[in-house]
Amino acid sequence: MDDAIQLKYTVSPEDFTRAGEASGDLKKVLKQIGVSPEAIRRVSIAMYEGEINMVIHANGGEITVYVTPSQVKMILQDSGPGIPDVEKAMQAGWSTASANIRSLGFGAGMGLPNMKKYTDDLQIETVLGVGTTVTMIVNF
Amino acid sequence: MVVRTIVELLDADIIHGVDLDTREIRSCCGSDMMSDVLAYVKDQPVLLTGLCNPQVIRTAEMMDIMCIAFVRGKRPDEKMIELAKDRDICLLATKHTMFTSCGILFQNGLIGGA
Repeated sequence: MDDAIQLKYTVSPEDFTRAGEASGDLKKVLKQIGVSPEAIRRVSIAMYEGEINMVIHANGGEITVYVTPSQVKMILQDSGPGIPDVEKAMQAGWSTASANIRSLGFGAGMGLPNMKKYTDDLQIETVLGVGTTVTMIVNF
Repeated sequence: MVVRTIVELLDADIIHGVDLDTREIRSCCGSDMMSDVLAYVKDQPVLLTGLCNPQVIRTAEMMDIMCIAFVRGKRPDEKMIELAKDRDICLLATKHTMFTSCGILFQNGLIGGA
């Protein structure tokens, strides 16, 4: 990853109106460097779902992105409550989001399934009470 | 179908109009859940929604959705309009309900986007 472009983003806690700023910026950067529209779309959706999750469930966090000529790697780290049951969280439709979050258009239980669907690799490391690190790779 | 046709069919107000006569819309997605939009949408749709917050614009940005029509008389606020302007996304508003809006567009040849 020595020759990779590295991007760092801080995701603000509980600021739902700003959620998506990091994903929007990454999308612009990928466009500028000529990544294919299909790859940009996959990266954008996965990153945006992850970013929304960090705001909804984890009081924000840090995102680091590495871009090489053949791959985008996104590492999303938070110090939130952790995911008690990753297997359940990966099921489409399963969600712990509040009614308030649902009224904002999210919390349908599609976040992690979408992230898996649009990436080539998804790894979740989570420790209850410590935090979660989600690593996603999109190859192109 | 171009955006101008959607404006006429839905009797919609143009809140932010870009390339109304040339921007081609191939399908339609009606949803208040942005998670579902992110999961299922494809093929240059118009997004019909009764949800009115900045995440609607950001979801459209991620999905390359170039036209949003707010249903049930919902109106985006200034912040949302600014976000849409920055991203060249058309914003329309119609008084029709979601069901009626979908019905009108389907009857006139627009297919589902998922």
